[in-house]
Parts: sequence; structure tokens; C-alpha cells
Amino acid sequence: MNFFWDLFLGGLTRGSIYALIALGYTMVYGILQLINFAHGEIYMIGAFTALIVASILTMQGLTGLSVLMLATVVAVLYSSAYGFTVEKIAYKPLRQASRLSPLISAIGMSIFLQNYVMLAQTSDFLPFPSLLPQSDFLDSISAFIGPSDFIIIVTSAVVMIALTLLLKFTKMGRAMRATAQDQQMALLTGVNVNRVISRTFIIGSALAAIGGVLIASHVGRINFYIGFNAGIKAFTAAVLGGIGSIPGAMLGGLVLGLAESFGTGYISSDYESVFAFALLILILIFKPDGILGRSSQQKV
Amino acid sequence: MNNKLFSLWILIPVFFITLVAAPTTFGAETIKIGIAGAHTGDLASYGIPTVRAAELVVKKVNAQGGIYGKKLQLLIEDEACKPELATNAATKLVSVKADAIIGHICSGATKAALRTYKDAGIIVISPSATSPELTLSRQYPNFHRTIAPDDAQARLVVDFAVQKLKLKKFSVIHDKGDYGKGFAEYAKKFIETSNGTKVVLYEGITPGAVDYSAIVQKIKYSGADAVIYGGYHPEASSVVQLMRKRSMKTVFISDDGVKDQTFVKVAASAAEGVYASGPKDTTKNPLAVAAIAEHKKAYGTEPGAFYLNAYSAMLSLVNAITRAKSTEYKALHHALRTHSTDTPLGKIKFNDRGDAIGVGFSMYQVRKGVYVEIK
Repeated sequence: MNFFWDLFLGGLTRGSIYALIALGYTMVYGILQLINFAHGEIYMIGAFTALIVASILTMQGLTGLSVLMLATVVAVLYSSAYGFTVEKIAYKPLRQASRLSPLISAIGMSIFLQNYVMLAQTSDFLPFPSLLPQSDFLDSISAFIGPSDFIIIVTSAVVMIALTLLLKFTKMGRAMRATAQDQQMALLTGVNVNRVISRTFIIGSALAAIGGVLIASHVGRINFYIGFNAGIKAFTAAVLGGIGSIPGAMLGGLVLGLAESFGTGYISSDYESVFAFALLILILIFKPDGILGRSSQQKV
Repeated sequence: MNNKLFSLWILIPVFFITLVAAPTTFGAETIKIGIAGAHTGDLASYGIPTVRAAELVVKKVNAQGGIYGKKLQLLIEDEACKPELATNAATKLVSVKADAIIGHICSGATKAALRTYKDAGIIVISPSATSPELTLSRQYPNFHRTIAPDDAQARLVVDFAVQKLKLKKFSVIHDKGDYGKGFAEYAKKFIETSNGTKVVLYEGITPGAVDYSAIVQKIKYSGADAVIYGGYHPEASSVVQLMRKRSMKTVFISDDGVKDQTFVKVAASAAEGVYASGPKDTTKNPLAVAAIAEHKKAYGTEPGAFYLNAYSAMLSLVNAITRAKSTEYKALHHALRTHSTDTPLGKIKFNDRGDAIGVGFSMYQVRKGVYVEIK
């Protein structure tokens, strides 16, 4: 039973991170029908920024929660700026082009950002400090749940609730939903579609950066390549949940994380990725649009 | 016939004639030695020291007039320890007529490249590829190495864990790669054949995965006294950090892929007490002291992993070429097996399988942030 609980928590932790990144994929897809392959790199840049800020702050003598908070804030701002710029440089000029062109542009951006970080920083693995704070409360629950698992699960939950509220109840959220439903119509009713798209990229990148900081301080090491694997898994999660659907991405992330964790725990970790993708295939056979995806009718 | 096409047809035989006429033994102006390995990417720290060792030896030999008047020339190819890039590197080195190869660095990449060299009749000496089958299978008579194979390493690790540390139950984990899995398989076999010891968990993990919590939980619930990990330092540092974060005291023992200062840097406090096997400490050998001093003088830093193995490989090769008075395959092959060379690793020559005689491993432990040899 204990083993089950530990695996469940591990899966939930991993799933939360997948979900945070998957949201970026799904939001962009919902609005532009574009798979933003550079999204994994934004997550990696978030982790790197947090590492740099945290090292500087630690040298200044700061410790604990303030370092984590400041590093996260800077990482979020920096990654959002990257997300915004990537959209302006790589996707906006191609908005009227065929659907394949922005896809290739996205892959190019991903390779560019990876190599840029490799050259500007280092190709080695870097140690990432465990920024998650120590407190009596966390110690008291540590027998039950690991402190970093707890913080990751809680933070992700808060962020996802905030995002849902934002989309549901604000003007910006309504504009985003309208653009996702029908871009032409939204444009006609006076929605500034370009601004909505920029904001979508900014929000998606911010979520990825939070995910990056959380998982890096959980696992304890980063390099320029971490965005690739995380990106692939998060993309899988987004498709699993139904790409374009926000609750779908959250659910997809959690399902994928739990499937990997239980698969590793009860069968074998040799097949970790096999479980993830077998699950994807199974679900797509029975629900081709993902768990919560709306069936998309091709408009001819 | 189209004129243009015709001239092309003429070119083909001309091309082949030059290929055939290219002299094989000492015909060229220089002796070309290919250096192939990981010089970029996350395993670059394994490959760069070999390049530096080769450069230093070449500089020394050339300063003394080369070998029978022929200067040595290095052809450096990067393959980032990726098998698919390694075959490309090998093809390129063969096409520019390298006379011998020092490399490759990782076992998987070496295995991928070896057939190309074998077909071209080129001698290969690796400073670091430890997969046993490279020599045991006897498929590659052109392959030599100045490092002991993994079965020897696994034997040492298991004997150390069972006899010295008195451990009984083991989790054997590997990274599914040629090197890590090879090591883990031997470790498992040796544990199972020892008295009163058993393997409670044997599994592979995916390199580069987002998180290793699940496997760490599995290790925890397996009740193992120790983890024996086969693989490289990036994954090892993640696993050991997660174990220590969960306050697990399980002993962590690994191979020379983890005996790297980068591991200590990344895993930080979690690295304390970790055991790893690595090439014997040769700092008492005057040739090794001199070779390390040369590196410090030229580059201003301590040499990295496999530097001495690469230095020794270069010296053996130079000695073999000198003795054979040729870079021809058969002569070199024979010279490497009959004439021993004084190297930083001691006096070495190669046995009939291509393994260096007298090169071995010791156990190390991380104490206060550095690997210390255990006597």
C-alpha cells in the first residue's frame, strides 16, 4: 500500500510538470493549429534563467524562499519574453503560409535555441540547487509525502486553477476563447487577434518556466538538452488529453505521469516510454481526438 | 554522346587509378593518426583529454624529427559518442587515409565505427571503450585498448562490495546503453554466482528522462543494501540525489563512467560516500607524473578522464610504428603484440585479443568532494 502511495505521488509530481508544459502546447494549438516545437526549449531556458538568478542571489547572501520566489519570477519574465519573441520572429510572418511552414520554422527555432544555450552557457550538466525551502510543516509531512513533491503538486494545482479562472472570467480569457473558436469571427467582433496570440505565447511560456524551475530543483541537474525529452512527453500528454483542450492537457499530463510511474513500479522501468506511448495509441484508437478533445469536423 | 557526360565517364577510371596508386607504406608525406571521440555534447569531458594527450605526444615526437623522418599529423573527428555519427567519422577518416586511429571514446560509438576500420585495414587503439565484447567476440582483430574491459571492472566491483563491504542484497540498475548494460549484466552474473548474495532488482532506466523518482522508490522498497549502477554520470547523479533526498542510506556503487569529477560537482553533497571503480592510480609512475605536468604546462589545468590511457595508447602506437618501420596493418598488428612500451600506465603490450596486459582498475570513494583510491 505504501509503495502504491509513493508511486502515486511520484506520478502526480511528474504528471503536474507534464501538464504545465502541455498547457503551452495545447493553448497555442487551440488558437493557431500550430504545434510549437520550440516550447520545450522555453522550459529549458526557464530552468537556466532560474539557475543563473539563484546563483547570483545566493552569492549575495540570500537564502531559502526568497531565492526561489525571485528566481521563479525572473525565469517567468525571461521565458515569456522568449516565447513572445519566438512567435514574432518564427510564426507571425508565416501566419498566411501553408500549415507545414510554421511547423518547420518551429523545429528550426527549437534547434537554434538548444544550440544557442549550449554555446552561450555550457554543454555540461550543471548542478541545480534545491531551492525548495525547509520548514517545520514540510518536515512534519515528510514521512507522508516528499517536500519537493508536495511543493510541485501544490504549485501546479494553484497555477492551473488560476489559469482556468483567468480564461473563464476575464475579458482577456474571453477573447482567447473566442479566437480559439473562430479567428475570423473574433476579428470581426473587434478582438485584437494578434494581441491575443502574443498573450497566449506569453502565458504558455510562463507556465513552462514554472515547470522548468520546479522540476530542475527536484531532479537537481540541468543541461541544454532537457527541453527535448520534456517537450516530447508534454506534447504526448497534450495529444492524450485532446490537443486544443485546456482541461484535457491537465488531465493528459497527470494520466501520463501516473502511467509511467505505475508502469515503472509494478512492471519494469526498461519499458517506461513504452507505457507512455502504448497508452497514447490505445486512447487514440478509441477516442481519436483524445480524452477530452472535441471531434473536429473538417470545414470543406 | 553528350560531351559533358563523356568527360564524366573519363573521370571515374582516373579517380580509381589514383585510389589504387595511393602508396600504403610510408609513401605519404606524413603519418596520419585519426583521433575520434566525443569532443562536444554532454560527454565531451571524456573525449577532450584524449585529443590533448595525442597533441602533446605528437608535438614531442615531431620535435625529435618524427618517425624515420616522417612527421605525425592528427586528424580530429568529433562524434559526440553517438553511434550514427561515429560511422560517419570513421568513413571520413578512412577516406582521408588515416594510418591508425586513437579512439573512439564510448563503447557504443566504437562498436559502430570498428567495421569500417576493419574493412579498410586500419589499427584502432581506444583509451576508454570498455565493453567486453569488443575484444571477447574476436570479430575485430584490428581493435586494441589501453583500458581493462568491463567484466574485469564488474568482477572488482562485486568482489569489493561482497568481501570488503559485506553487502548481501543488490539492486543492479543500468542505462540500457552498450557500456552500462554490459557492466550491469556482468555484475549481476557475478553477484548471483557468489555465495549468499542476491540481486533483488535488475532494471534499466531511460537516459535523459524528466524524473527518476519511480525507480528510486522501487530501489527503496526492494530492500537492497546497495545499488550497483552501470552507466554514465548524468543519470547517476540524478538517481543518487533523489535517493539522498528521500533519506535513503543505500550504498551507491558504480563504474568508471561515474568516476568523473563532473559527477561530484553535479551531485554535490549527495556524492559523498559513493564508490566507483576507475583506472588504477598511476600518480607514482614517473612517466605519468611527467605526462600530467606536460598537460598542466600546455593547458593550465589537471588532465581529465582517460588522459593517461590516451597518452599510453599514443606512445604504444608510436613505438609500434617505429618497430614495424611501417604503418602497414600486419606489421603494426604484430609489433603491438610483441614489443612492450614504457607508458604512464606501466610497461604495456597487447594480448592476442587486443587487451593491454597489465592495465587494471581500483576502487575509489568520494571523500570530501574528491575521489580517493581505496587501498
